[in-house]
Amino acid sequence: MWKRELHRTEHLLRRSYAPHHPDTPILRLESVSVQYENRAALVDISLDVRTGERLAVIGPNGAGKSTLFKVIAGVIPPHAGAVHIYGSDPEAHVCIAYLPQRSHVDWDFPVTVADVVMMGRTGQIGLLRRPRTADWEKVYAALEVVNLRELAGRQIRQLSGGQQQRMFIARALAQEAQLMLMDEPLTGLDAASQEEVFRVLDALREQKVTVLMALHDLKIAAERFDRIMLLNRRVIHLGAAAEVFTAERLLEAYGGRVHVLHGEQRTLAVSDTCCAPEETV
Amino acid sequence: MSAFLLEPLQYAFMWRGLLAVVIVGVVCAVVGAYVVLRGMAFFGDALAHSILPGMAVGYLLNGSEALFWWALGTAVLAALGIESITRRARMREDTAIGIIFAGMFALGIALISTTRTYSVDLTHFLFGNVLGVQPDDLWLSAAFGALVLLAVAAFYKEFLLLSFDPVLAITLRIPVRLLENLLLVLIAVAIVVALQTVGVALMLAMLVTPAATAYLLTRRLPVMMALGAALAALAGIIGLYLSYYAGVPSGAAIVLTSTFFFALVWGIHGRGLV
Repeated sequence: MWKRELHRTEHLLRRSYAPHHPDTPILRLESVSVQYENRAALVDISLDVRTGERLAVIGPNGAGKSTLFKVIAGVIPPHAGAVHIYGSDPEAHVCIAYLPQRSHVDWDFPVTVADVVMMGRTGQIGLLRRPRTADWEKVYAALEVVNLRELAGRQIRQLSGGQQQRMFIARALAQEAQLMLMDEPLTGLDAASQEEVFRVLDALREQKVTVLMALHDLKIAAERFDRIMLLNRRVIHLGAAAEVFTAERLLEAYGGRVHVLHGEQRTLAVSDTCCAPEETV
Repeated sequence: MSAFLLEPLQYAFMWRGLLAVVIVGVVCAVVGAYVVLRGMAFFGDALAHSILPGMAVGYLLNGSEALFWWALGTAVLAALGIESITRRARMREDTAIGIIFAGMFALGIALISTTRTYSVDLTHFLFGNVLGVQPDDLWLSAAFGALVLLAVAAFYKEFLLLSFDPVLAITLRIPVRLLENLLLVLIAVAIVVALQTVGVALMLAMLVTPAATAYLLTRRLPVMMALGAALAALAGIIGLYLSYYAGVPSGAAIVLTSTFFFALVWGIHGRGLV
């Protein structure tokens, strides 16, 4: 335990992290399993993600979406299998950003938008150092990208849901993250705010930023993502929307909460435990 | 009025007391900002009470001679011990802390009860005696208080990150456990610095009340720390005068003043408690 801590400190002091080989995939999971107490949270997950790809992770509550992201970020160690970021252990990288669910954030914390974005640079600044001009420039450039420059001095509670989400994207940019793990960023956002999030993500795609997003909206997943992972502790299916969103596979992922409606075009409706009845495909 | 303020100052013990309450107020309020923001009030209270057995042993072995060091050693051990046990125990954190805290406190009382001057000693440990502060105590408080403030300043951005988003701290590969334990040790040192002023029983108020009052007034951490420190120092000074003139124990007078400030701000601000 302490050895691991010292190892981390060493990385931090030397600010040397594992290299990014261009010919290795940014993310590879090999038969990853995670146990909580006696319950399996994730079972035998394998996955290859190429640089710049946008992957949707769909599944009911308790399917292990957050756990999957945390194992990828190196926050939770897998009980079996391995996670590779550019071919090496996640703990050797600082290029992974986990964007928390908004409901898990203390919005009354006494910090401004710029303070939160600057947190993304804590690693690069290094221990016992203060932010330099270059760090502030990166923070403001990131805020510019997500269109929050004017709100930099606001306390974070004063932002709308969409703005709060974009603030976390800015923080990931300040961190110079290559891999963004976004945990249900669209939940509770109106259509315009969701659109704004995707506008930013489209801009980031040009910089080869890879995005994994947990979400509930099957329609958005089908329209906005390269591939979709249907997850319920294990991978039900991974691929294009047309292959993933079949009655059979959705039933398998969601159990009895899928209703298959037959109309002119075949239609599926999924209702989750947490939310109002969800989107149709 | 000036006679009212100046009269107590002819006594050296009053000067030392005033210096002590200002040092204690500032150190506790700054550390207290983290206690309030991280919801560690119960941990702070438990930690203060857990020092009792260590102080008792020190007192039995060498009287009031090296009491500060005994308290410091116990506080640091207790802070790290509580952290390590709560991380391992398969129960809610507050339950685990409650068990340790009550057990340690009982042990402390049992140990002190073996002295002949039992009730006097216990009262002293529980409620402090700021007017009995000796020059040496003052130097120790100042030195360790300064150390705490320096550490909080040096690791400001790390402690901020750790308190707001521990997951980000891990993904930035910052030595989270090391810093987490350092923060607990700083809280422990702040408690020991404040021990002689308010004692074990009222310690929590020094950690929580000024910081919480400041939290009602600002949404910036540095401002919260500065404001909390100023409020705590002021409450300390007013409390000490109250104690001098009204004959109320100094710890109680300081805490009551501090609580009055909180009530005042809360009433005016109308922002509501939580």
